[in-house]
Amino acid sequence: MTRKQRRAVLILACVGLLGLSSLLVLFALRDSIVFFHTPSDVAEKGIAAGQRFRLGGLVAEGSVRRGEGAAVEFGVTDSLKTIRVTYNGVLPDLFREGQGVVTEGRLDSAGKFLADTVLAKHDETYMPPEVAKALKERGVWQGSESKPNTN
Amino acid sequence: MIVEIGHFALVLALTVALIQSALPFWGARARDERLMDVGQPAAVAQLALVAGAFLALAHAYVVSDFSVENVYLNSHSAKPLLYRISGVWGNHEGSMLLWVLILALFGAAVAVFGTNLPRALKANVLAVQGAIAVAFLLFIVLTSNPFQRLAPAPAEGLGLNPILQDPALAFHPPFLYAGYVGFSIAFAFAVAALIEGRVDAAWARWVRPWTLAAWMMLTLGIAMGSWWAYYELGWGGWWFWDPVENASFMPWLAGTALLHSAVVMEKRDALKVWTVLLAILTFSLSLMGAFLVRSGVLSSVHAFAVDPARGVFILGILVVFIGGALALFAARMGELRQGGLFAPISREGSLVVNNLLLTTACATVLVGTLYPLGLEALTGDKISVGPPYFNMTFGPLMLPLLVALPFGPLLAWKRGDLAAAAQRLWLAAAVALVATVAVYAIAYRGPWLAPLGIALGVWVMAGSLVELASRIKLGQASLPDAWRRLKGMPRAGHGTTMAHFGVGMMVVGIVATSAYQSERILVMNPGDRAGIAGFTLTFKGAAPQRGPNYREEVGLFEVERGGRAVTSLVPSKRLYDAPRQTTTEAGIHASWRGDLYAVLGDEQVNAAGGYAVRLYFNPLVRMIWIGALVMFLGGLLSVTDRRLRIGAPRRTRVRPSPVPAE
Repeated sequence: MTRKQRRAVLILACVGLLGLSSLLVLFALRDSIVFFHTPSDVAEKGIAAGQRFRLGGLVAEGSVRRGEGAAVEFGVTDSLKTIRVTYNGVLPDLFREGQGVVTEGRLDSAGKFLADTVLAKHDETYMPPEVAKALKERGVWQGSESKPNTN
Repeated sequence: MIVEIGHFALVLALTVALIQSALPFWGARARDERLMDVGQPAAVAQLALVAGAFLALAHAYVVSDFSVENVYLNSHSAKPLLYRISGVWGNHEGSMLLWVLILALFGAAVAVFGTNLPRALKANVLAVQGAIAVAFLLFIVLTSNPFQRLAPAPAEGLGLNPILQDPALAFHPPFLYAGYVGFSIAFAFAVAALIEGRVDAAWARWVRPWTLAAWMMLTLGIAMGSWWAYYELGWGGWWFWDPVENASFMPWLAGTALLHSAVVMEKRDALKVWTVLLAILTFSLSLMGAFLVRSGVLSSVHAFAVDPARGVFILGILVVFIGGALALFAARMGELRQGGLFAPISREGSLVVNNLLLTTACATVLVGTLYPLGLEALTGDKISVGPPYFNMTFGPLMLPLLVALPFGPLLAWKRGDLAAAAQRLWLAAAVALVATVAVYAIAYRGPWLAPLGIALGVWVMAGSLVELASRIKLGQASLPDAWRRLKGMPRAGHGTTMAHFGVGMMVVGIVATSAYQSERILVMNPGDRAGIAGFTLTFKGAAPQRGPNYREEVGLFEVERGGRAVTSLVPSKRLYDAPRQTTTEAGIHASWRGDLYAVLGDEQVNAAGGYAVRLYFNPLVRMIWIGALVMFLGGLLSVTDRRLRIGAPRRTRVRPSPVPAE
């Protein structure tokens, strides 16, 4: 093989691999990204039942109810709208009423959110950025600008 | 007083770094040896000053001096000594100081051990190191001063985030930073070589040990972080494709590629342009990781303080260094002569494949990590990219890499014989086949792809042993002869075998635990029994206990297997005194089959009572971290190879260091 041919092989390999991985990326991005919505977004945008998304907001005060076994039900609110969420599992350490929370799952036909993940956050002063931003946009929560450092 | 001395030392270090970045560089341009030689004492002085500043802060932590704001915010007098020390880097300011300390350490190591480097190259390397130090010292002094005093001094500190009060996490940041910062040496060498416009095989030989050292540290650091997440977060998982994890994983992928391409450059004088670019990219990814983590632009399970000013500053550093280096690269790329022809099927060819796949995989991780940022900036939609994305993109790219891995070391340089290599690997293929059948037989109900995944890991492990065997001519020569060859082999060869073996172990662990994990979530009252993966657990109840700086609710589970008592698990839920925060301590029973993992959840406040309990069985999960450790040890073996020894004098030089020209 001449130098030119070798280079052609290398370039073809690179281009092929890049094309393949771009396809993979596009395919995966189409199927596996998850949108984040607040309860008001859900009401406004009319999200269909069965579509997977992340629901974020504050755990509504006085809303946590234990069900059968490890099932638990609570409300996620941005103080304009509240959505009931059911979750079967052990809640993260920092799950508390009035605290920020992000849950992932889908709506059932009755408009109840069936969560399969409730995201744990390490720090009680920490507010997930999406939640903080969404709540700020709606003028619900002001938040503290300077938070203590937590590595 | 000590605190003020520390602050002063830090500012002094900044001025020394300025000198270190300017004078040797100027000297190299003007061919002035006296100016070039300033780099060495400057690097050592910088280390002394930064170490002084770091020790001053550590002292403030150890004696719990709450008049220092940083100590007040992140420490507590009731904390055990280990965590008072690790608290130094358990916060933003202190961790940046640690970053600069490690930077200074590497810089001084180049200055002291790099006796065989050409004078001008060494001067330029130290100048680039100095410039990086200037940037980060400025960052600390201007935006994140750890020595800020508080008046009046509070009587007690707020305490360290309890989730960080853990032995693995105490040492996780230093190793991780040693990895990140270690790649700055490769970066400095690349930029220095570009400034000189000369990159040759010797350059790769000098860069390799530093890259290897950084890579080892990063491997261990990431593994420690993953192990910590496994037992401390109580989710039973070991990797979450979280942006902060990705931030450390991307430099690792690029660094692994760099490690391999530097071999080609050293041995065959080929892939020069690519290797230099990779050296720049690897450190760029380290810097980007620091930016993503420190600026809080990404939502992560790891909570970090968000301060826009700091983010912008790091972004500035990022732009200056990456942009500058890439511009220099673009300007000088044409001057780098390509050498060393090779056929597509050859050792070089296999290393090119390795590089292509690793960097492409790194790029897909990058896209997945940054996509939410980009989309939000463009459309305002908030999304998250989760594990499914990474499994769909990263997985398929690793597959061919693992299949090809055992072939690489068996191919000859320049022109290899694929058929001969395949012939040698028949034993490895047979072992992998047996493994597939065995796994099907044992776990016939699992996902059908999983046995193939495990076989892939076994293939890599067996392949690395076959390579070793064929090198010492086991089976062809007599046993004593093979033994002699084994002993005579350079350590770097053993290192390669070991690191590849570690990769295989890790693959086996990852596939086994992802495919065959069992999980049960249930509510248990004292006396209740639950079965998982052949174990039977009896919940004996939970009782409150008191630790040094926390209260905890400790559950007791008696574990039986086949009617025989195996062990007892004591998972607990801790409530720390300061800050008042709960953490989960999983109860884990490790065995060669896998880990039995129990988490005690909330007490149920309803009529039935009881505790929420989560049980997992994670088969072969230890192989993941043991594999990483084996990879680390392989690196260690290589880095101690005589041929690569950092300070080894060159044979051509008669007297190592004559009196410097005064």
